[in-house]
Formats: sequence, C-alpha cells, structure tokens
Amino acid sequence: MEEKNLDGSRRKFLLGATAVVGTAGVAGLATPFVGSWQPGAKALAAGAPVKIDISKLVEGEMLGPIPAWRDKPIFVIKRSSDLLERLNSRNDRLADPDSERIQQPEYAKNGTRSIKPEILVLVGLCTHLSCAPKFRPKIQPEQFDQDWIGGFFCPCHGSKFDMAGRVYAGVPAPSNLEVPPHYYENESVLVIGEDDKEKV
Amino acid sequence: MSGLQHSIKNMMNWIDARLPVTETYEKHMSKYYAPKNTNFWYLMGVLATVVLVNQLLTGIWLTMSYIPTAEGAFGSIEYIMRDVNFGWMLRYMHSTGASAFFLVVYLHMFRGLMYGSYQKPRELIWILGMLIFVALMAEGFLGYLLPWGNMSFWAGQVIVSLAGAVPIVGDGLATWVRGDFNISGITLNRFFALHVVLVPMLLLVLVFLHIVALHEVGSNNPDGIDIKKNLDDKGKPLDGIPFHPYLTLGHDLPAIVAFCFLFAVVMFYFPDGGGYLIEAPNYEMANPLKTPDLIAPVWYYTPFYSMLRAATFPFLGLDAKFWGLVVMGGAIVLPAVLPWLDRSKVKSIRYKGMASKSFLAIFVVAFFVLGYLGVQHPTPLKTFLAQICTAIYFAYFLLMPWYTSVERTKPVPERIPMQ
Repeated sequence: MEEKNLDGSRRKFLLGATAVVGTAGVAGLATPFVGSWQPGAKALAAGAPVKIDISKLVEGEMLGPIPAWRDKPIFVIKRSSDLLERLNSRNDRLADPDSERIQQPEYAKNGTRSIKPEILVLVGLCTHLSCAPKFRPKIQPEQFDQDWIGGFFCPCHGSKFDMAGRVYAGVPAPSNLEVPPHYYENESVLVIGEDDKEKV
Repeated sequence: MSGLQHSIKNMMNWIDARLPVTETYEKHMSKYYAPKNTNFWYLMGVLATVVLVNQLLTGIWLTMSYIPTAEGAFGSIEYIMRDVNFGWMLRYMHSTGASAFFLVVYLHMFRGLMYGSYQKPRELIWILGMLIFVALMAEGFLGYLLPWGNMSFWAGQVIVSLAGAVPIVGDGLATWVRGDFNISGITLNRFFALHVVLVPMLLLVLVFLHIVALHEVGSNNPDGIDIKKNLDDKGKPLDGIPFHPYLTLGHDLPAIVAFCFLFAVVMFYFPDGGGYLIEAPNYEMANPLKTPDLIAPVWYYTPFYSMLRAATFPFLGLDAKFWGLVVMGGAIVLPAVLPWLDRSKVKSIRYKGMASKSFLAIFVVAFFVLGYLGVQHPTPLKTFLAQICTAIYFAYFLLMPWYTSVERTKPVPERIPMQ
C-alpha cells in the first residue's frame, strides 16, 4: 500500500484503542495472580480470636507455655507493684514513652500500656524484623545494657524494650511492641484478637 | 572422502539449512576468540555454570521426595536423609552447591572489579550479571525456608518483615507475601513454587543473555587490552585463541575436575561446614514461638545482613528500620551502576593508580569484616564497627568517580605483554 493512501487518524485511533483495551486486559489478568497471594479463608479462620487462661499467672513472671494468636507469640506478664512504681522512672531513655504511635488499642494508651495496671499483654514480636524478644525481668547489669531495669531484649539486632514493651531510643526497632486487641472475659479468661464488644 | 563422512556431511548440510548448528558452534566455540592471557579468575564463570547444572539436577531429584507443607516438610527432609536411596547425597550436593554457587559468583564479581570487566563495552554483561546475583540471592532465600527448620522459619520471618519497613503499605505487603498473618505452611508452599519453577526459569534466561552478551563483545582480560584492535590478515585477533579446544580442554576442564574434587571433599566430609553451611537450629522443626538465640543467615548473606542492622538511628523523620532496608538494598543494587562510576582511562587494576588499588583493598577487608560481624551477636562496639565498614563499602562506589579521575595511571601497552 502506498504511504499517501494511509488513513493516519484511523491508525492512531486503532493503536490507541488497542493500548487502552490491552492495558485493561493486563490489569484484569493480573488480578487473580496478585489476589491469590492474599490470606485465604483458611488463614483468616485460623486467625480468629483466642481465649487464654490466666488463673495460674504468677507475679513477676511470663505466662508459659507461651500462647499464640495468629501464630504469633503472645506475652502475658504480671508485673509487681514494686516494678510498676519504677516503670516510668527512666522515660528519658525511651523513644516513645507516651505511646503516641498507634501500637496499641485506645484502652491501652496509658502509663502502663494495659487494661489492668499489673497485667501486660503484648505480641511477642520485635517491631524491627519480628524476632521474638527475650524476657529479661531482673534488675541487673546485662551484657547489652549496664543500667538494665528489666524488660525485653531482642537477640537478633539488639533492640531493647522496657516492662511495658516500650522501645528504647537508639535501637533498630522503630516502635513500641504491639499490644493486641484484647479484653477480660472474667477474672481468669483473657481474650486476644478482639475488643470488648460491650464497651465499644 | 569415504561414504560415511560423505553422508555425515550431507546430514549436517541438511540440518544447517534448517537450524544453524554449525554456525552457532563456530561463533561460540571454535571461532570464538578469547584473550590468551586469562588466568585463574577467568575460571569462575564456567564453574558457576557447572554448579548451576548441579543445582538444577539435584533440585529436580529432591522435589521427587520433598513435601511442601508445614506438616510434611521437616519430616520429608529426614526421610530424604535416611530412607531415600542416596537421598543424603543429593541433599548435600544441593546444600553444598548453594554455598559453592555464591563462592564462585563472589570471586567472579571480584574479578570484574579488579580488571574493570564492567567498563565499556561490557556494561550490559555486568548489569545482567547483577540481575543474576539478585535472582540468586532470592533463590537461596526461598530455598532456605523449605527444610522448615527453626532457622528456616526465623530467617524467613526476618526477611519477609523487611517488606514491613516500607512506609504506609509495609504491613499489608508483608501479609501479602506470606499469605498469612505469620510465616506458615501457605508461605512455605508458595516459596516452594517460586524456588523450583519461577526463579530457576528466570536464572536460566538471565544466564543465557549474560553469555550471549559476552560473546558479542568478547572477554576482557587481566591487562584490560582490547584484543579486537590487533587482527591478523584473516581478521583473527593476534592475542586471541579459539575458545575450543584451547580454553575448554586446556583451562576449563582441568579446573572443573579440581573444583569437583574440592566440592566432593566438603560434601562428603564437612556437609554442615561447622554450622556455616547448614546451621544447627535447622535440625529442630520450625517453631513460631521460639526464636533461636542468634539468628544469623548463611555465610553468603552475612555482609549484607550486617549492613541491614548497622542502621540504628532514625533519619529525615523515617525509622531506622526503613533505613536498614535502604542501606541493604542500596548495597546490593549500587554495584550495577559501576560502569558509570569508574571514570578511569584504563580497565585493569594493573594499570590503575594507588587510589584505586587502596580503595579496592580496603573494600575487600570491609566486606570480610561485615561478613564476620553478620554471624556475631550485636554489641555496641560491633555495631559501630559494622557502621564503619558499611561506610567504606559505600565510599568505594560513591567516591569512585573522583578517585579514578584524579589518580595517575600507567600506560597500557598496545599488545598483551607476555613474560
């Protein structure tokens, strides 16, 4: 065909239409491939709330064996009144002492980051790269901190948290440990993964 | 010409008219001219190919007995080790092969740094090589989750959490990659698919392109002299020799034999490599509630892992965690732009000045120190050391435009000098 007989606007239109429809097609085609990677019904069902018996929780200790919610370790700790008094004495060393960043439900945004002052509930995964921090409750000089007043230490990358799961300044972890949604069904049953429906 | 030779010739003619077999053979083997002065460092490419074949073959055989589920994976590895005939050997060939792969690839890349193999006209070879390196790192990481040992789990946990460092979409991204709220059988299953199908296919395509690009421009050499500038009257490079049979049988084959011997020694006698090739916590099944005392990646990731955790302070209002990701990602990606960072008139370190030599030496030391620190518990002193070495790593690349343009270089001879 000779060049002068070409209908330029027709060619432009066809190219444009093909590009638009083709792009929409690629986006549509990508949907099942990308979407299938989202958590499926099985994973969502396995992530439902769990109930934890805390009747045997001893003061100064962490509940063991460590329970899990969504396959994540849950730290439940009963803090002594002695410890609670000391809790906010060294806030100058913390990155976010007032829990400004949303790492806890509204009802745990307080001086102890908990519903009941003595009982601390945390997702036991470091906010840096999700290692499980070690529970180091004793007030004693540690290899990682000469001035240790008890808390959590992540062995992977050296992040430190206090006895309310608040992160120290100058460590790789960016934020306080997460407080999961939780409430007390009664004195001895703690529910993780859900807010108290009656109160909300 | 005997009857048999005649019919073979006829058959080749028939094939060549339909598929360019002879032409391809000549272009890439018998009439592909390589510099006559290549040395030890030029063996790493062919050794990497040998290891690639080993990984593909043993990998395919391992999938015949491996079960990619959270319930079955750990047990199926023990089944392969104890009950499958020669299963232990196939697995050790595969695990030793992974380390061997990175060893020869690191040496291969170091050769590039030494002799300026990334410089014009080999920029694309270098970039394709960097893509291979990244694909290889991904392949190694994906495969590391498959035994479903406790180190598999927590290494996966740490690296997938890196996605969580991306501002705003991070957490959703990490969940999308895992397909679950935490690393689970779902994650394992998809990593299996990526490890045995997608990434190997990608690697093969990239390796193919890497070699095609290499054969288009020809190999560099320790003197960095372009052998195509000096041709004889038939158009053959005066300082070149045909790849086959001189380099295949004269250089490569003996090297492959020696390499296989060393490989066999490690595989048969030190398959765990003292805990550095297969780590002790991986003899324990994955446990989401128990982090190993020290999470250290396999040796070939440790330099980059050190850089990841060297970022300990926020900057520009963004978390240290985010900067760790940026530093590590940058360290992996930055070498890709080397061809445009090196402003030197000469290619090889043999003719470069003191600045280039010193920077390369310090760079290598820093890389080794970072590798060592990556398997150590973090202490303030060690973190500080890692920060210094990270700075050196980046300085080597980022200061290169300056120090390669101001230093005094030696004159490069026209022809390859032979002692």
